[in-house]
Amino acid sequence: MSVGVAIPVARRTRNDRLLWVACLGATTLAVAVLSALLIAVFLQGVSSLDWHFLSSYASRKAANAGILAPLMGSLWVCTLCGAISIPIGIATAIYLEEYAPKSRLRSFVQLNISNLSGVPSIVYGILGLAAFGRCFGVLSSDEPLALGSPDSIFFIQLPLGRGILAGALTLSLVILPIMIIAAQEALRTVPKSLRHAALALGATKWQVVRRVTLPAALPTMMTGAILSMSRAIGEAAPLLVIGGVLLLFSVPENLMSDFTVLPLQIYNWAGRPQEEFHRIAAGAIIVQLALLLLFNSVAVLIRQKLQRPLQ
Amino acid sequence: MHLSTPMPTSDTPSADRVRRELAPTASERTPAQAIATAVEFRGFSAWYGAHQVLNLVDLTIAANRVCAFIGPSGCGKSTLLRWMNRMNDSIQGARASGGLSLHGLDLLGSALDVVDLRRRVGMVFQKPNPFPKSIFDNVAFGPRLHRTYSRTDLEELVEQSLRASALWDEVKDRLHRSALGLSGGQQQRLCIARAIAVDPEVLLMDEPCSALDPRSTASIEELIRELRETYTIVIVTHNMQQASRVSDTTAFFDEGRLVETGETDALFTTPRERRTEDYVSGRFG
Repeated sequence: MSVGVAIPVARRTRNDRLLWVACLGATTLAVAVLSALLIAVFLQGVSSLDWHFLSSYASRKAANAGILAPLMGSLWVCTLCGAISIPIGIATAIYLEEYAPKSRLRSFVQLNISNLSGVPSIVYGILGLAAFGRCFGVLSSDEPLALGSPDSIFFIQLPLGRGILAGALTLSLVILPIMIIAAQEALRTVPKSLRHAALALGATKWQVVRRVTLPAALPTMMTGAILSMSRAIGEAAPLLVIGGVLLLFSVPENLMSDFTVLPLQIYNWAGRPQEEFHRIAAGAIIVQLALLLLFNSVAVLIRQKLQRPLQ
Repeated sequence: MHLSTPMPTSDTPSADRVRRELAPTASERTPAQAIATAVEFRGFSAWYGAHQVLNLVDLTIAANRVCAFIGPSGCGKSTLLRWMNRMNDSIQGARASGGLSLHGLDLLGSALDVVDLRRRVGMVFQKPNPFPKSIFDNVAFGPRLHRTYSRTDLEELVEQSLRASALWDEVKDRLHRSALGLSGGQQQRLCIARAIAVDPEVLLMDEPCSALDPRSTASIEELIRELRETYTIVIVTHNMQQASRVSDTTAFFDEGRLVETGETDALFTTPRERRTEDYVSGRFG
């Protein structure tokens, strides 16, 4: 006594199988292309990997060249960038999700954050140069305003010029929209009923955030932070505008030091005609990937540590 | 309309005092006790935006008794409940007029400290909502918001609260395991323990058994009957049998108005209003 025409089981089973094949095919294709790329890079670059490569500065001869300056630059810039953008990103997300009243202003801010995440990073580079590097010309670059002693690693002078801090702040601009959106998504996964439970016990808004929402959302937030930091480590374009130092023979000493980063060095070497430079570029890519894995595994460790008491 | 109807006054004051120490049941209370008012609504109306949910409600809720709010969905009973601890504050466009007081404290005034009010008026929600924390941390959550405790004091408070919610024997060996591992009924009793750990005067329950199986429901109902010795309890329920089993007084709402209120027995057996009779006998709603 059923209404409608039955769809044959055989056809449904066939469609089921077709979709399975399509999905498997797509996954295989993605993995295969990525593996081919990685294997090619590895085969080309593994020969140049040795202690000398990691501990030497750049050189006009590929055989003598190393990546000490860009490696240290990447470490400095990315650590700083994380230290700046993760707290600001989480705080902004908390404000937008938990505090901001539903108003046109909030929707406007929200829309713009989404748009900003799609802006080409070179644009942030130009903005960073104007805002941080030159302070919009308000402060003279010839006679910078110095704060602290040049011997201290926290030495700062305004405008920031082409130093590490300017680079880290610019990269923070690039990844902040992604950080904020990921942290907002994480906060939204926390059930409203938990917030209500805490409020009904007499918690203030901050107590609800501090003791309920944030602990529950933090593991998911860390995933967002991992993705954002991966983006920051791989960026070359905005730093090309800020620092643009392609041959550097020093490691950073303080926040104002000149710097270069691995993606810039790779860009520089890969663009040369000589085959030997392509090999050391591949070597630098391997180091870059290792650095990425290192940053990500730290974030994964933090996430697991946070997740354990919640299970 | 008062919920407290006069009762026989044969007891002498001294006999009353003895009885009180032996934890009197509602039917044994003297008028003097029963008249003690916990919450009072006077000409109370409430809106969500332009939509009026409650219309000129006059209701007195007596201290240390169980009051049930019944009525069809959308009649405003949950809204009324949520005004008693100002949980409606988080809903945009929610507003109210008229009078609402807790032991004489104006709950609608702009000077009201909502945080302190919610310590005095606890709430248990429809679905059990324990925090993804240990059983101990769930119960200790409220106390920790308001004061700092020594470890031993806190342990004692947690034990007392879990005993009061009849959960202690089931969880005493796994206090530091996740609360999410408990069954639905246990979780709801944990939520009750969590609510009473801050020592409230009033306990609001918004359909506390609607997500539970009959056996868990029975244990919660038994708990409610025990808890009224210590707390004023207001329970919203869709279950007529539950209202008649657990409550001393009942208030029937329909379309935002209080239709009838009185002693539960009287309201269910000899309702004054036709609509009440139709509802409690299952003819509508």
